[in-house]
Formats: sequence, C-alpha cells, structure tokens
Amino acid sequence: MKKALIPILIIAVVGIFMYTKAVGVYNMFVQNEETINGQWAEVQTQYQRRADLIPNLVSTVKGYADFEQETLTGVIEARAKATSINIDANDLSPDKIAQFQQAQDQLSGALSRLLVTVEKYPDLKANQNFLDLQAQLEGTENRIAVARRNFNQSVQAYNSDLRKFPNNLFAGWYGFETKGYFEAAAGAENAPTVQF
Amino acid sequence: MINRYSLSVLIVLLFVGTLLAQEDFPSVPNPPKLVNDYTNSLSSGEIFSLENKLVAYNDSTSTQVTIVMIRSVGQYDISDYAFQLGEKWGIGQSKLDNGVLILAAMEDRKVFIATGYGMEGVLPDVLAKRIVDQLIVPNFKMEAYYKGLDKATDMIFKLASGEYEAEKVTSTGEHGGAIVFFLIFIFIFVILPMLKNRKDNDNHMGGKGGGIDLFTTIMLANMLKGGGRGKFGDFSSGRGGFGGGGGFGGFGGGSFGGGGAGGSW
Repeated sequence: MKKALIPILIIAVVGIFMYTKAVGVYNMFVQNEETINGQWAEVQTQYQRRADLIPNLVSTVKGYADFEQETLTGVIEARAKATSINIDANDLSPDKIAQFQQAQDQLSGALSRLLVTVEKYPDLKANQNFLDLQAQLEGTENRIAVARRNFNQSVQAYNSDLRKFPNNLFAGWYGFETKGYFEAAAGAENAPTVQF
Repeated sequence: MINRYSLSVLIVLLFVGTLLAQEDFPSVPNPPKLVNDYTNSLSSGEIFSLENKLVAYNDSTSTQVTIVMIRSVGQYDISDYAFQLGEKWGIGQSKLDNGVLILAAMEDRKVFIATGYGMEGVLPDVLAKRIVDQLIVPNFKMEAYYKGLDKATDMIFKLASGEYEAEKVTSTGEHGGAIVFFLIFIFIFVILPMLKNRKDNDNHMGGKGGGIDLFTTIMLANMLKGGGRGKFGDFSSGRGGFGGGGGFGGFGGGSFGGGGAGGSW
C-alpha cells in the first residue's frame, strides 16, 4: 500500500506543478498579446489619422496653380497604397509588419518631398490654413513615433519571453508565434550626445 | 587571446553604452521642481516666480506644467526627447495624464511643448504651435527667456482653465489601510509574543523580551519597509515623495502620447 502511494504522490505533485506553470505561461502570453493588440490599434489609428489629413493638405496645396503636379500625384498614390494595407491584430507576423512599414515609409517619403517643395512657394508657406495642417501633420508623425516605440517595446519583450526556456515549449503547444516590429530607420542607432 | 581581447572590448563598449543611455535624461529633480533650468538662462528670481506660478496652478487644478531648459538634445529629435523625458519623469497625474512639458534646448535654439494625453484636447498641436511661434520664439530671439515662458504658461493656463480640478483627499483611504496593517503586524509579532512570554517567564532566555527572536525582528523590519514603499508611496503626488512646506509635491506619473508642437528661434 505505502509503496504504491509514493509514486502516485510524486506524479500528482509534478502534474500539479506542470499544470499551474502551463496555465500561468498561457495567461501571461494572452495578456501580453492583448497589450500588443491594443498598441497595434494605436499605431494604426495614428497612421490612419495621417492618411486622413492628406486630402486637406493636397487640396490646400492644389490652390497654388503652378504647384508641381508630380509631387502631388506621388503623395496621392503613396497614400492610396498605404491605406490599402491593413493588418489584422491577430496576424502581426514579421513579414506583414515589414510590408506595412514599407508602404507607410513610402508615404512619409512622398510627404517630406512635398513639404520640401513647398519651401519654393512663399505665399503657401504663409497661408494659415497650410501652417495649421503642417502642425497637425507634424503632431501626427510624433504620435506615430510614440505609438511605434511603445508597440516595439512590448513586442520585443513578448518575443524574448517566447524564446526563453521553458516558455518556448509551452508557446509551441499553444501556437504562440513571434511577432514583427518596426525596424529603426538607417542611422538611428548612432549614439546621441545629450547635454543638460 | 583575440577572443579574450574582443570580449573585453565588447564589455567596455556595453558599459559605455549603458552609461551614455543613462546620461541622456536628467533624473527626476529632488526635491521635485516644476522649473528646471540646467543652463542658467534664468535668474533665481525669475525661476522663483515661475515656480510659484506653476505650483499654484498645480495645486488648484492638478495640471502639471513643467519647464525644462537644457543645453542640447544631441541626436534626438527635440519632440522625441520631450516625450521620453515627460514619460520618464511622469509629468501630470497618472489617471488624467494632464502634464505639459515645455522643453528648451538652448544651444540647439529649439523649443518644444509636449502635451500629455489628457491635455491634447485643450491644447491641440495647432495651438501649441501658435504658442511656440507667437509667444516663445519672438521673445527667445531677444533672449527674453523669462518673458517668453511667462506668456506661454499664461496662455496654457487660459486654454486649460476649467478642464481639471485638483483632488484634495485622495490619500486618506490608503493611508488608513497601511496603519491597520501596521497595527496588525505589531499585534502579531510584538504583543502576542509578549503576552505569551508573561505567562511563561522561566524560559531561560533572559527575561520578557526573549520571545522576539532574530527572524521575527527581520520580518518585522521588512514589513515596515514594504509598507513604507508600497502604501505611503501611492499618493497622487507620487514619485517625488513629500515636498517641503508648501512646495511642489512631485510628479504624478502622467503619460505622453506624442501631442504638442515645437519650433526654433
């Protein structure tokens, strides 16, 4: 009787331990995933906000008859392309994120070309409507930067949790996968020198 | 040999890297202050009057308008630096996110007004931009730093008036909870052993105090420490702890989401 009891006890203890561990890991990943989904929604909202500002910007700039059409169409096309790519929060794979980032970066490039061109039009630069739009656009870019940073930090923490032992075993069972994040722009890794 | 050499280089680089990373942002001022001039651009009288004005506003509305003047933001965008600094210091109340940070990088000749999430409604980017362009930049051009900041903060107050009110008694509940816990621990670890000891006094351990052993003492000490950190630190005037007589109580843990606007002079 007593001899049979000991292995059963050991199995029970190990079983309970495994079960609590598995549940704990699962819940942790679920929670982290929800955080990331929320932050992804914020990233998309801010990009959408930028896309929404562009028609106003284009129509303001269009009023200046001789404004270069090429830059304008560049912005419009890049916007159409960027808004056509929407990623579901349940599928934040590295490929998808890279695709999304590429389209959005193209729009950023087209926009900054537009803003550089504007420098040649002093009337436009003094237009209050344009100045306000520019301030909103800058604000949106800033919000995008913050949303992207928050998203990246969460994803990086999630990915490294996912790859650690023994989480990687549990994650494999449950089907959690590493997520993609935004790559830093070239040159962003230079060590800054700040003086305060 | 080469391996060892490269390893040590790597370690040194990592060390330097962390040092640089730490030095990018000034630590939270202690005692907490709302006007932080690291460049001596303002006279002490000007700092005093701005500080008083901002502290009074914080007291009545809980909205924390903070001024930070540094020499340079280095490779950072001034906007990015402002958001990270605001987030790090926790300017504004944690639930309201009603912090505003006016950051000036004097050598870069750049200024930025960063608005916390909760201030984006009353102080949208367009208005922040106008404050920078019309109040700060013209004055900063003439080195009238105090005048620029004074006018800018006045305008922010005007725009934000009525949005938030300070909560007076947020701390009582938690405070009481801490005291109850404290009393329970005292009862369990001090009074109970004493009572037990009185009945059973021939324990050969040197009298009435003998019931409290080293372990209990350490536990008690830890409880005290934990209580102090966890409970007393939770006031809405949070991180900075207690400010001295009537001064600024500390930052509340507000968050920044990228609102605001800047310019250069």
